[in-house]
Amino acid sequence: MLTVLLILIPLITGLLTFGLKGSGPKVLGLVSSLASLAVVAGALVQFQHAPEALQLSVPWIPQLGARFQVGLDGMGAMLCLLTAIAFLLVFITIYNRNYERAGSFYGLMLLSQAGLVGVFTAYDAMLFYVFWELALIPVYFLCSMWGGEKRIPVTFKFFIYTFTGSLLMLVGIIYLYLQSPDRSFSYAAFTNLNLPAQEQSWLFWLLFVAFAIKMPIFPFHTWQPDTYEQSPTPVTMILSGVMVKMGLFGIVRWLLPVLPQGAYMWSDVAIILSVIGIIYASCIAIVQTDIKRLIAYSSIAHIGLMSAAIFAHNDQSLQGLQVQMFNHGINIIGLWIVVEIIQQRLNIKNMEEMGGIATYAPRMAIFLVIIALANIALPLTNGFIGEFLMFSGLFQYNAWVMAVAGLGIILAAVYTLNMVQKVIFGQSNTLTSTFTDLQNTELVALSLIVIVILFLGFYPKPILELVNSTSQMLLANIVK
Amino acid sequence: MNALISTALSGVVMMFAGLFIQKKQHIKYFAIAVLLVSFVANLLEIGTVQTGTHTLYNMIEVSRFSILFNAVILGATLLYFMLSGSEFEKVGEHVADYFALIFFILSGIMLATSFSNLLMLFLAIEIISIPQYILAGADKNNLKSNEASLKYFLMGSFSTGILLMGITLIYGAAGTFNVNELGLGSGDVHPLSISGIMLLIFALSFKVSAVPFHFWTPDVYDGSPTVFTSFMATVVKAGGFIAFLRLFHVSFTGGALSGHWLLVLALIAAGTLLLGNLTAVFQQSVKRMLAYSSIAQAGFMLLAVIALNETATQGIVLYAAAYSVATIGMFAVLMKVKDYTFEGFNGLARKEPLLALAATVFLFSLAGIPLTAGFFAKYFVLAAAVQQGQLLWLVILAVVCAAISIYYYFRVVMAMYFKTGEPEVEPFSPAFKAVLVIAVIIVIALGVYPGLLLHFIA
Repeated sequence: MLTVLLILIPLITGLLTFGLKGSGPKVLGLVSSLASLAVVAGALVQFQHAPEALQLSVPWIPQLGARFQVGLDGMGAMLCLLTAIAFLLVFITIYNRNYERAGSFYGLMLLSQAGLVGVFTAYDAMLFYVFWELALIPVYFLCSMWGGEKRIPVTFKFFIYTFTGSLLMLVGIIYLYLQSPDRSFSYAAFTNLNLPAQEQSWLFWLLFVAFAIKMPIFPFHTWQPDTYEQSPTPVTMILSGVMVKMGLFGIVRWLLPVLPQGAYMWSDVAIILSVIGIIYASCIAIVQTDIKRLIAYSSIAHIGLMSAAIFAHNDQSLQGLQVQMFNHGINIIGLWIVVEIIQQRLNIKNMEEMGGIATYAPRMAIFLVIIALANIALPLTNGFIGEFLMFSGLFQYNAWVMAVAGLGIILAAVYTLNMVQKVIFGQSNTLTSTFTDLQNTELVALSLIVIVILFLGFYPKPILELVNSTSQMLLANIVK
Repeated sequence: MNALISTALSGVVMMFAGLFIQKKQHIKYFAIAVLLVSFVANLLEIGTVQTGTHTLYNMIEVSRFSILFNAVILGATLLYFMLSGSEFEKVGEHVADYFALIFFILSGIMLATSFSNLLMLFLAIEIISIPQYILAGADKNNLKSNEASLKYFLMGSFSTGILLMGITLIYGAAGTFNVNELGLGSGDVHPLSISGIMLLIFALSFKVSAVPFHFWTPDVYDGSPTVFTSFMATVVKAGGFIAFLRLFHVSFTGGALSGHWLLVLALIAAGTLLLGNLTAVFQQSVKRMLAYSSIAQAGFMLLAVIALNETATQGIVLYAAAYSVATIGMFAVLMKVKDYTFEGFNGLARKEPLLALAATVFLFSLAGIPLTAGFFAKYFVLAAAVQQGQLLWLVILAVVCAAISIYYYFRVVMAMYFKTGEPEVEPFSPAFKAVLVIAVIIVIALGVYPGLLLHFIA
């Protein structure tokens, strides 16, 4: 029941928000995201004691055998938690902003939250597909209506890319559905298919392309930097913090267990693409002057490591991947909040024009440094444990792959520290000397992030335990 | 049977209604009332075909499926009358006659859903076609409308000749007109039957505007009064498809027979998908875009004809409903906007939020976005084609084309929501608004729960 509530809260409040005016939308948005977080907390408690109570399955389209089947496993619960935290952080950060047509803005945001939670909880492939699209459409409108100058062509490209991928996935789902003995879309039926290796081999690509575009993995990434740059920053937070996890989640939840042999056959190719992505995106990030594009490319590099870890097929890499899914979400949202604050005050994105902000906004500078260190995955920050596990998993897979991917950490240090230096240190100019330090809401949002960063840096056990069951289940499936 | 009789009678009644009803407004209400009678009469018959079919002189057979399809057709027409009925008055003087012609077309479609004899098929196709030639030229003083009518008539009668020739050849091979007893697939396939089937494919492809028999479509759709284009591109096209699907599913399967025509039809479908979608991309007028989109959508419906299975039959019902409602709605919105170019839609969301929202839902449905009826329509025909087994290449092509279609459907959405402008909008009544909302609800309801319609086939 709690699982359904998780989808319903943002869905209903989202639809309501469209009709509200004045400060109604932002209040309702905040209330709704707090409620979501509370429900996730309840679900997490229930997950410890009686996880089966979180499952629900009722007939939806009997003619097809599609059911409204939702539930939570460790990874799903972790991602729902991330989604709830992300939306809360976004709504806190932008609480003092006044958006044009705020009702529609908050309404679309909440609808995309409903879609995201739906994706993370669906245990029926048809339902999964519907939520997958539902999460995309509000974001398309958000970017196109509130984005930067080139928003319309850029988001259109984004939409066509992801929609094409989704349609290919749909063909794959239809094919799998027709192979299932009782004509059902359920997760259980799909994972028990045991298709011949040759069929798995081409089905793999139908599904993989959809997920790869969403993440994005090289060479399917070309929509991403433009979209991150042009989207309004709150939307970019959701895109990069939560939405890219849809692709990773899709692979872990649907691709690996359903097509284990296909995934095994193509794991070399997938890992090589991912590692190319890490190095390529890191190198481009180093030469960026636009802060939004820099973070966008840094995100491609991080996601590349995570997707490589998926295909390393061992306990440590899968465990590390899931932990990093959460932590990457937190860290990158932190970076975007800083960007949003800078843009709000100075309205610039070019790092060459920034500098010396630390003098005028010491509190923000501290937060930025901590978040940046977490982005490099320094020990005692939350990023460390995930990356350590992933690298150790990759090492077991192939030492050379790990060595090349490991360069990514060094490159990450280069571009991240470079960014910190250009933005907050150095000479101030007439523009940056007007910079004012954090407001209350911004302070709250950044403090929350830094608390999570430090807490999980010291004590990552809760999140490791949460996702442990999922990786055990996966490994059992892959070996089978 | 009820539906066939009542629509034919309604046509005759409507012809005389013009004499007795003075106010043009009232003609529309009268037509809606008469259509409602047909709709109910059609549904009443469902009791008699609870099990199996009801056959009449080996000419007509009424089944559950045909009644359901009739209901979809009549329901879509009802929506069309309510949304666009008042536009009839703007076309010309003879409003009652236009309604009468539409009722005749409907009776042709009712025949197409229930023929069991090739002669009845021929009659059905002709009854559907001839009133359309007149409707296309209804705007008598407009040269483009005249051209559309003449072009349609010439090409249409030519294709009718081909249809007749095909039927003759089939008769030569089978010795009967009864579609259930042709038995062309048993034993060696006779060359006459293959050539007959090919001619039928060509003739019916013309009627549903499949490539390469589509050349009349953009000109006719563009030249005809918009209100009639809306009808021709939706209900009439669905009627053509049901004839196509029934004939090929019932008569031209069995043995090795389907192997002889499957590839031809698959190539026609592929061409239709590609050309329809690619050409629609380059259109500057929304009306022409919708004309090409109707070709593209025909390509999807052809997948159902090719697939030859139960899923395809369900799919065609859902597709006809989803496509008709969305396109009729889209045309209704189009007729309220004075400028038919994409720029004419700029800023519509600010000026007329409801109109823009409705148009967005209709376009989403046409593009096949989940939670709209069009998604499940596309899903069913794609599933049917995957199930068929040999056509995976066509499915992938269809999917790529669906992605292309996003481009031109979303151009309208982008114009309405993301661009600024001062669109000129004709005033519309609260009743129009209400019906538009109903259409939106139908589209979304079928998208969330397609069982509403499929429930009746089972």
